[in-house]
Amino acid sequence: MSIGHTLLGLLESGPRHGYDLKRAFDEHFGHDRPLHYGQVYSTMSRLLKNGLVEVDAVEAGAGPERKRYAITDAGVTDVAQWLARAEKPEPYLQSTLYTKVVLALMTRRDAAELLDTQRTEHLRLMRGLTERKRTGDLADQLICDHALFHLEADLRWLELTAARLDKLAEAVRA
Amino acid sequence: MIPAGSLLHAVALHKAYGRTPALDGADFSLHPGEVVAVMGPSGSGKSTLLHCLAGIIAPDSGTVRYGDRELTAMSDAERSALRRADFGFVFQFGQLVPELTALENVALPLRLNGTRRRDAERQAREWLERLEVDTVADRRPGEVSGGQGQRVAVARALAGRPRVVFADEPTGALDSLNGERVMSLLTDAARDTRAAVVLVTHEARVAAYSDREVVVRDGIAREGVAAV
Ligand SMILES: Nc1ncnc2c1ncn2[C@@H]1O[C@H](COP(=O)(O)OP(=O)(O)O)[C@@H](O)[C@H]1O
Ligand SMILES: [Mg+2]
Repeated sequence: MSIGHTLLGLLESGPRHGYDLKRAFDEHFGHDRPLHYGQVYSTMSRLLKNGLVEVDAVEAGAGPERKRYAITDAGVTDVAQWLARAEKPEPYLQSTLYTKVVLALMTRRDAAELLDTQRTEHLRLMRGLTERKRTGDLADQLICDHALFHLEADLRWLELTAARLDKLAEAVRA
Repeated sequence: MIPAGSLLHAVALHKAYGRTPALDGADFSLHPGEVVAVMGPSGSGKSTLLHCLAGIIAPDSGTVRYGDRELTAMSDAERSALRRADFGFVFQFGQLVPELTALENVALPLRLNGTRRRDAERQAREWLERLEVDTVADRRPGEVSGGQGQRVAVARALAGRPRVVFADEPTGALDSLNGERVMSLLTDAARDTRAAVVLVTHEARVAAYSDREVVVRDGIAREGVAAV
């Protein structure tokens, strides 16, 4: 999962301090793996260097947690491009897709479209595997079927999520 | 405007059942010989779209063109003649005539199109062989398994050499293995005979037998977005 994009997405609804960013990340996405402060600051300094965020205020006192970050126009574009891009289907995709859906809803983008894009990407791969099954031997068929069932599981989760977008939107915007 | 070379083309279809909207401005187009999956959640309007495209029901508004003819402007009699001549159908279940044997069921559309009995039965038998169910030729639908029944239904849909096969959840009542087999037999046979297929399904593994997908949500059909 891309922590950089996730933090950027969280900044879209307004500037936040480093500690606030960590808190928001943990609350929405860090259920099993909260972020370390070190990760936040190394990520933010990279985003700063790339012009995707800027420091919009510094509180009195020393230390990076005093900085308040704001997203730049380039940062907003970066988030939009990330959300619009289909993920390469692979194991443990769920956390990335979940993060994207939640951020799309938070930033009032079209989450349904994001899911459509991902469905198309999954189906593209599934067509290739199905074709290989048609022409291959039994071993090919079994190997392809294994991959097909996994991709199908991703898609079933995706359809279920699509059906619950309204509820999820209420929850994340609360 | 009809996209160049499209065989079936629907624009701005609206259909409501009483106050329940089923289609809310759906567009669709199908090229000769292509297999298009129509996907979407239950109740999104997939079957209603298929029924409008096939001329089984008339939309409240919008047009369906088949080649250079407008389905939505035809009389009921003209539409059913067109369905018999050019379309084939596979549904989830219940499409075979229970009183007829498998062979007679497959021969039926040929007979209705004026083929003589012997020829119709010879062709029907070839289709049953091709679909791997010639062993049940003399049994009635109530005496065969679900998978066998669906293969007979596919044979019947293709026997009349249709230009378009409409399949609504054709594997919906089958287990994975039978579902896969029915899909590969259906799409292979359709490709060999250059029939186009409109395949309604909510299952991705079934949709993976298509050339492209259209997603219906809340009565609106959308082309699969091109992945970046
Ligand atoms: N014959 C009918 N009478 C009343 N409502 C119907 C009828 N057929 C479909 N509907 C309603 O129209 C909507 C779309 O149905 P349908 O086209 O069957 O969807 P799908 O095939 O995607 O499950 C649903 O809300 C359904 O309840
Ligand atoms: Mg249906």
